[in-house]
Amino acid sequence: MTPLLSVKNVTKMYGDRIGCADVSFDLYPGEVMGIVGESGSGKSTLLAALAGHHAPDRGEVHFDTRAEGLRDTLTMREPERRMLARTDWAFVHQNPRDGLRMSVSAGGNVGERLMAVGARNYGDIRDTATDWLGRVEINADRIDDRPRAFSGGMQQRLQIARNLVTGPRLVFMDEPTGGLDVSVQARLLDLLRGLVREMGLSAIIVTHDLAVVRLLADRLMVMKSGHVVESGLTDQVLDDPQHGYTQLLVSSVLQV
Amino acid sequence: MYVAVKGGERAIDNAHTWLAEERRGDTSVAELSVAQIREQLSLAVNRVMAEGSLYDPDLAALAIKQARGDLIEAIFLIRAYRTTLPRLGHAEPVDTGKMACDRRISATFKDVPGGQVLGPTFDYTHRLLDFALEAEGLPPAAETSEAQTGDTPRVTEFLNKGGLIQSEARSDATPPDMTHAPMQYPAGRPLRLQALTRGDEGFVLSMAYSTQRGYGRNHPFVGELRIGKVAVEMDIPELGFAIEIGEVTLSECETVNQFAGSRTEPAQFTRGYGLVFGQTERKAISMALVDRALRWEELGEDNLGAPAQDEEFVLAHSDNIQATGFLEHIKLPHYVDFQSELELVRKIRRDAAEAAMQEAAE
Amino acid sequence: MTDQTGATTSDYNFAYLDEQTKRMIRRALLKAVAIPGYQVPFASREMPMPYGWGTGGVQVSAACLTPDDTFKVIDQGADDTTNAVSIRKFFEKTADVETTEHTQDATIIQTRHRIPEAPLTEDQILVYQVPIPEPLRFLEPRETETRKMHALEEYGLMHVKLYEDIARHGHIATSYAYPVKVEGRYVMDPSPIPKFDNPKLEMAAIQLFGAGREQRIYAIPPYTQVVSLDFEDHPFDPSKADAPCDLCGADHTYLDEVIIDDAGGRMFVCSDTDYCAGRQAQGHRGRLSPEAAE
Repeated sequence: MTPLLSVKNVTKMYGDRIGCADVSFDLYPGEVMGIVGESGSGKSTLLAALAGHHAPDRGEVHFDTRAEGLRDTLTMREPERRMLARTDWAFVHQNPRDGLRMSVSAGGNVGERLMAVGARNYGDIRDTATDWLGRVEINADRIDDRPRAFSGGMQQRLQIARNLVTGPRLVFMDEPTGGLDVSVQARLLDLLRGLVREMGLSAIIVTHDLAVVRLLADRLMVMKSGHVVESGLTDQVLDDPQHGYTQLLVSSVLQV
Repeated sequence: MYVAVKGGERAIDNAHTWLAEERRGDTSVAELSVAQIREQLSLAVNRVMAEGSLYDPDLAALAIKQARGDLIEAIFLIRAYRTTLPRLGHAEPVDTGKMACDRRISATFKDVPGGQVLGPTFDYTHRLLDFALEAEGLPPAAETSEAQTGDTPRVTEFLNKGGLIQSEARSDATPPDMTHAPMQYPAGRPLRLQALTRGDEGFVLSMAYSTQRGYGRNHPFVGELRIGKVAVEMDIPELGFAIEIGEVTLSECETVNQFAGSRTEPAQFTRGYGLVFGQTERKAISMALVDRALRWEELGEDNLGAPAQDEEFVLAHSDNIQATGFLEHIKLPHYVDFQSELELVRKIRRDAAEAAMQEAAE
Repeated sequence: MTDQTGATTSDYNFAYLDEQTKRMIRRALLKAVAIPGYQVPFASREMPMPYGWGTGGVQVSAACLTPDDTFKVIDQGADDTTNAVSIRKFFEKTADVETTEHTQDATIIQTRHRIPEAPLTEDQILVYQVPIPEPLRFLEPRETETRKMHALEEYGLMHVKLYEDIARHGHIATSYAYPVKVEGRYVMDPSPIPKFDNPKLEMAAIQLFGAGREQRIYAIPPYTQVVSLDFEDHPFDPSKADAPCDLCGADHTYLDEVIIDDAGGRMFVCSDTDYCAGRQAQGHRGRLSPEAAE
């Protein structure tokens, strides 16, 4: 089976400080990979490199493109990469303000990706936007409101709708539940889990919250100081951590 | 019966004649000569030369007279004239180290080799209206001394010798010329400095001021401010060497700014640079602060989102001739556009009213 | 010949700009014609009229004019608006070319905010004055970003704006400077002409656009496809005032609304003054024509 994403030796330095070093893994269609570690462990650096937000110093990131199969997205021309970013890929930011247009209505936010790939029927765009607002539990009568008028949880759900509307094959999520109240987090996680199952999404989720990966991720990578120190099936890693750092991470969560 | 307004041509001619009359003012008062403006309103002349990008005190004085003292209008006249001048070549870089300084101060050291020279400055005057100036008469002569000869060493070079300040890389590359190539971003430092030196004094001042108030703070000290004449030399191909073709008065400011250092580099001071035609020290200091703020990326600082750190924002809005033209063009007739807006608003209101009627009927 | 400042024609080169500068502008024009709708950066010069008052159009005209040309200038469709008069006088003085108010007689027409009503021919050049050449400017202020958006054909944001208009107003709320796509590639600002004029952008004459302050030149070659952006179910509508001209009776022209008394009385007249005068000369009459009113 061809992996959807094949990552080889990705390394990113900040001066002589390591961002992330020699990270390799394969992600298969329908699989959700969690990347955990404390802040500064390199997990967000890695995610940004995989999603093409910045170029790593070394390594390859092959994506199974629809037309030509596996292609290294790092050596791809920028137009192709930006095309991927607005069709087959999606990126959910921790702060919805980074992923939404705050001065554009909820409907416009959801419709943007559709219009970017050529949708030119206002009625259809609006119907699709209404449908997606429903799927992320936002009332249809809020379609013309701007995200500013939404609560934090609603903004995050809107960002997810905006990203998933074009049916992406790979979703990058950077601390999607960060900055939300615990009760709001639970609802969002529930929603995400439903969408991931229903759409058969492949995703890479960066988080420091083990509860998030426990619920969503099939597999797990634990990062420390830019290096992957342990990886495996989620339950296996969390229930029987081998590396000392993972053990510390798991036990520190249990103590809370 | 309606007759469309005609006679734009006559209106313009009449406006011009009236303008000329207003410019002259009360004819029982003696007319200002260009020489009087050049000599007695010299700081205005300097500003017009600096922002007009043309060093010619007589033309600047004429422009001020023609513009009725509106300096932006005068700068505009100079710029438009400058367009028509042929470019014969370019001068060698001027050496401000050889400047014959009228004024030279450093805020970072109590005394410096070459001495602190206060020069003709408003700095320590009490800003009291001097009614004696209403009467005409000659001021008392200032004391004179021998002109200093030889190089005046730069204050920042003393710091440079100890490695305390960042060295600026020398380059023999021909800098881009913003008057002969369209501005493209990112612009880079040579273009930034060109844009700032001809930028509006008020704009550059306000940008610099904003950095002092915390919008992109860079902790500046005036390392050195010097004003004086420098020789302009030009390489003459037929001669095979450079000859002096004249001299210009310049204001130069180098600021010394704090720098925390990074993991790879020990703490070091950094610089901001300002160089402006004429005695224009407010502008030169402002320019140095803004230059330094714009260097955040190259010096590895954070982008704080401050206006003065934003190259495109600063450079695209610093030119007062562009700004004033575009601002004032909204005086021109726009009735065609306005008409189409009018139609649209009417249509939207009509639709809304119809929808309301429909609702009421249902 | 002298003006009120005492300057004479011979103080300046033909059409004001020196030949080097004109060559530079012509190179930009050639590039613009070769890539329809693409904004070519050019080293705009400081002109003796303010930025925003047609410096871009004036430079393009100066680069195109020859001593044999006949020049016409309109602003808001009219030859006698003050800025049109001022620019016409500028070229009378610096280029000594013939000028005309008749659209058909002109070889070069410089315009601000209108396209003449009479169809133009292959022998004519239409020069537009452009204030803001970048159609994406008010969606994305950064030049570095908009250039990239054009390069990669990322125009989704443009439709987001139109979507928002319809969601809020029920209509696309852009009535002038209505964005178009040129030859299926570049999204272009047609300058602030009313959207009524947009269909005329596909024409026989060559169209050149000059933005002096923003240092950009772009072009639409003859018979190039120009499509106004819209949605399938909200098609582009080149509407105008629903009335005929009160002077010449035309019902197919763009109209100015003129307030004629304190009681709110209004009349509509053709914005293209030459076209209206031509129709009146041919005997067409409107509601308030001199004879009709008496």
